[in-house]
Amino acid sequence: MSAADGAAAILWVGATFYALFGGADFGGGFWDLIAGGAERGERPRALIQRSLTPVWEANHVWLIFVLVVLWTAFGPAFSAIFSTLYVPLALAALGIVLRGAGFAFRKSIEGLSGRRAAGATFAISSVLTPFFMGTVVGAIAAGNVPAAGNGDAFSTWIQPLPLLIGAMFVATGAYLAGVFLVGDARRAGDEELERYFELRALGAAVVAGALAVAGLFALHSEAHYVYARLVDQGLPLVILSLLCGVALLAVLLRGGRRPLRPLAAGAVVAVIWGWAVAQFPYLLPTSLRIDQAAAPDATMTIVFIVFAVAAVLVLPSLALLYSLGQKDLLGE
Amino acid sequence: MPLLDALPLAASASNLLAAREQMAFTLGFHIVLSCLGVALPATIMVANYLALKRDDADAMELARRWSKAMAVTFAVGAVTGTVLSFEFGLLWPQFEHRFGSVFGIAFAIEGIFFFLEAIFLAIYIYGWKRLSPWAHFWSGMPMVITGIGGAFSVVAANSWMNQPQGFTLNAAGKVVDVEPLKVLINPATGYEVPHMILAAYMVVGFLVASIYAVGMLKGRRDRLHRLGLLIPLTIGLIATPIQLFVGDTAARAVADHQPAKFAGMECIQETGGHQTEYVGGICTDDGVKAAIPIPDLDSFLVGFSPDTKVVGLKQIPADERPPANTLLHLAFDTMVGIGSALLLLGLWLAWSWWKKRDIPQTPWFLRAVAISGAGAILALWCGWIVTEVGRQPWIVQGYMRTEEAVTEASGIWFSFGLVLLVYAVLGGVAIAVLRGMSRRWREQGAEPEAEGPYAPQAEATS
Repeated sequence: MSAADGAAAILWVGATFYALFGGADFGGGFWDLIAGGAERGERPRALIQRSLTPVWEANHVWLIFVLVVLWTAFGPAFSAIFSTLYVPLALAALGIVLRGAGFAFRKSIEGLSGRRAAGATFAISSVLTPFFMGTVVGAIAAGNVPAAGNGDAFSTWIQPLPLLIGAMFVATGAYLAGVFLVGDARRAGDEELERYFELRALGAAVVAGALAVAGLFALHSEAHYVYARLVDQGLPLVILSLLCGVALLAVLLRGGRRPLRPLAAGAVVAVIWGWAVAQFPYLLPTSLRIDQAAAPDATMTIVFIVFAVAAVLVLPSLALLYSLGQKDLLGE
Repeated sequence: MPLLDALPLAASASNLLAAREQMAFTLGFHIVLSCLGVALPATIMVANYLALKRDDADAMELARRWSKAMAVTFAVGAVTGTVLSFEFGLLWPQFEHRFGSVFGIAFAIEGIFFFLEAIFLAIYIYGWKRLSPWAHFWSGMPMVITGIGGAFSVVAANSWMNQPQGFTLNAAGKVVDVEPLKVLINPATGYEVPHMILAAYMVVGFLVASIYAVGMLKGRRDRLHRLGLLIPLTIGLIATPIQLFVGDTAARAVADHQPAKFAGMECIQETGGHQTEYVGGICTDDGVKAAIPIPDLDSFLVGFSPDTKVVGLKQIPADERPPANTLLHLAFDTMVGIGSALLLLGLWLAWSWWKKRDIPQTPWFLRAVAISGAGAILALWCGWIVTEVGRQPWIVQGYMRTEEAVTEASGIWFSFGLVLLVYAVLGGVAIAVLRGMSRRWREQGAEPEAEGPYAPQAEATS
């Protein structure tokens, strides 16, 4: 494995963490959006808020990590993606601002109407942001981003595959959040909310699975390179994802008290790495290879050092944050 | 045909202006919040430490309130900082294309500091009730270090744009080798980084103090307000004289490293010795109008001798001169003027404290403190105008022009308009939320936390 491949792997590790934790935070916003009126939705919203409050900013940093590693290690790829897909990327950035600000303001703003407006801003942007991020990923996988950049501003991502992947991002976040919230409700000893989110996690899992199958068909027609490798070298990961998904459905349907989170995470992680295997050795199939976009070795060394320091300092700190949260030692 | 040829150029010139305006505006907005991220933790930790050491309930209440306010400002800072990361690609894709592998090094390091800050900030802010007092205090300490480390990384990246080094280009202009240490520790790092970290401490010190000064002017003369004024004000006033020294050093280094920027900010037209220092005024090709001239002082400040030769704008090729010289000059003078005024404010307080162990009793002192926060922010913006506008037309001094870096995307003016609208609402609501929090605290006193932020464990878990 070359230094460039190593940096690409680090990029994917960052994307994996962001998909799992950042994705779940967006999913929390999705369930907040459809929780109903102020009274009916009060309890699920309170649980979502308690779960998200101490962690969402730390989870958000994974996105910064991915962006910085992308432009540092693979500047030409970053440039090509941003000069082509600037419309969905700008909309995602707008969504990030509105999501974060809406969430932070909802807790401290005065009056029900202000709180409602902030909450709606948070919830709607929690759906739009992952959707636009998904269209970016879909457009890259479809090979719509030219290596030289400045691809068409609209036709590159307003296509069945990118739009499907966008929807899949929303559904996957909702499914992860649903599963995480089942655990949080369980810990809070709230059986009613536990069932509430079990049902929703189940629904989201079915929708995400259906979108994934539709996505495979779209890949077949729009992303030949990625599709061919996904059903070849990537097949074990596709099967692993499928198995995790089916096992999760079975546990949810039987209402078992088995741990759900590893299965939910496994299904998502397998897909992300399946995508990595399917794209290899391209960053932008099939116009820009990893080695063509790679920074000089000294820069890659810094990326590795930063990753190693992050593994030693950041991951244990994150674990501390999560474990304090799970032990209910953090609250307002 | 000539008309058609000119079209893409016109579009890109228009993009350049729009992109620069959007970058300046979003950076100017974010930088105030990032000062709070860099220096507010230390201010809170001082209050928290005093509270624990002296069993001081007022200091504890201040630390608690400031941390709640920080929860809001950090959230807004995190998202507006993310916007800047996106803008590197959305507005300046060619910059990252060519120099991402160099420029990104500092940002990769910054990622670790930002991560740790976000994590420990969450533990500190949401750990008031259930963590033991000293465990809680120590959970906040990493924020102080990560704030400084993060500022170092980001400003080192900016220093590199002003004094690029540590990379090798091939014939095609592609970066083929990088020396990371030389990139991080470039000639400008030594003065830009401390200048910005001190600026952050000044902004936070004077801003927080100004809020309590306003309260005291309204007649709230309790001990909480006095402490709330004195703790941050002391931090700001300690930073100020060091800042003037660092800033003076920085100006001399800029005269040496970036003569075009220096000539722009001092309105120097002709190269030579015995340069007049102009205070204020309007820069024109024939010299400075409506300024207060001080003969020889500029040469003296640059080289400690009136004979010191200083480069004038006319020696710089026309297409390498910074634009908007009057803006640069006035921004520089405003920054220096505010810094000097804040130094006088510190001397005033020090004199009064030495004489009678108290703040000056005249309301004019509180009025001065009340405007010092806005003044410090204005000085901060002026400093960045000098740094960034003064570097133009370069994005990477001497290597890449800003116009080469800008995106070809359409709709930048539209996106700038949208950003103005969204940020106006964002800033307005954030201020309203903070004011609302402040009013609730005032009305309820310490009531909602009547059992004390540190409830006994048995009570907390019951």
